[in-house]
Amino acid sequence: MTRISVTVDGVKYSDDVEPRTLLVHYLRENLGKVGTVIGCDTSNCGACTVHLDGRSVKACNVLAVQADGHEVTTIEGLAEGGQLHPMQQAFHEHHALQCGYCTPGMIMQAIDILKDNASPSEEQIRAGLEGNLCRCTGYHNIVKAVSAAAEAGAGSKAGE
Amino acid sequence: MIPASFEYLAPTSLADALSALAEAGDEGKVLAGGQSLLPVLRMRLNAPEKVIDLGRIEELRGIREDGDHLVIGAMTTHADVAASDLVWEHAAVLADAAAEVADPQIRHRGTIGGALVHADPAGDLGAPVLALDAEFVIAGPGGERTVAAADFFVDLFETAVEDGELLTAIRIPKHTGWGGHYEKFVRVAHQWSIVAVAAAVRVEDGAIAEAKVGLTNMGSTPLRAAAVESALVGRSTGDLGDACSAAADGTNPPSDLNGDAEYRKHLATVLTKRAVLAAAGG
Repeated sequence: MTRISVTVDGVKYSDDVEPRTLLVHYLRENLGKVGTVIGCDTSNCGACTVHLDGRSVKACNVLAVQADGHEVTTIEGLAEGGQLHPMQQAFHEHHALQCGYCTPGMIMQAIDILKDNASPSEEQIRAGLEGNLCRCTGYHNIVKAVSAAAEAGAGSKAGE
Repeated sequence: MIPASFEYLAPTSLADALSALAEAGDEGKVLAGGQSLLPVLRMRLNAPEKVIDLGRIEELRGIREDGDHLVIGAMTTHADVAASDLVWEHAAVLADAAAEVADPQIRHRGTIGGALVHADPAGDLGAPVLALDAEFVIAGPGGERTVAAADFFVDLFETAVEDGELLTAIRIPKHTGWGGHYEKFVRVAHQWSIVAVAAAVRVEDGAIAEAKVGLTNMGSTPLRAAAVESALVGRSTGDLGDACSAAADGTNPPSDLNGDAEYRKHLATVLTKRAVLAAAGG
């Protein structure tokens, strides 16, 4: 076992983990952060996307020990004081989900897009989401939601 | 899927990493960004006893100038290469290729050194560094050596980096004022290249003065399209004529579900023309 200290959604945790533990398993099983889901387990689908030191990563493709000393933000850490993050609000208003399974990853990646570019074009949004699959093929409303969130100034909040 | 158990080592200096590697011998595997290694471990295609993580060695990260060269630390991420003004200015085709690797999440973790040592023939960074005549700085127990790009790629998943050695940096001769473009062909988003072409050209008075062309996934290693490079010299950027028709000469591309070898050869000529025109600003 290896001792790690990780800040997740603003709270500092110290745990002993097996080195082979994937970050997504650590989040879900050790910390109970089940908002971050496992989709494909092959690092293709992006459903498990979280932010590591402020940038998007696939939590199935990072070892928990690699996150030692670093900061993780999950979908569960976005809302503040009962208020949805503007990106969550935009997904809600534009019905940017069908079954909802890809949604946590989509939202985390959508926020990351706005960190580099506060007002992306539709093409840039689609390119920015290329690592996130929606098996319902509900991309159209997802892109609309990201676009609306950008217009509403979510980019200025993307820095968190 | 969960990897088999391993011991995790996280050295904080190059010297410590080399010692750990020497001690681990055949039982050790080097972890760079992990974006290719972790899927391999999860699927249990490999089960090393020790994993040596280079992620905490600061000296292996970063992009700097060294006279007429750019020096990119092996642990620099694709995202950092793609976002670097220095790389865009002096090695544009490499920055363009780095921006095409996989998807944004992978680019935030994956590293230039990890990808090059992994040496997947469908990987996107081999062709541009080969085209730009890069040099590879390799550290080992006996000290440091430098290998030319032409000698670095040995075969499928095999490079000049020997057991016990680590790639520490990529040195790229500055191609300041050259245009660069990486033309990647895939069927679906964030796929490995079916074929891709890295082109760097220097244009003088509307004509190509020098050209360098690298090919991705047209053989077991990245390749140079030497015949195209010489045929392009003197051509007007408005009319390349048949200069790109020899792009697939001497190549031995794979046949798989994405296309057979003949298809790839045709694709190489089409993509070379697109890459050169884009690099030339046409």
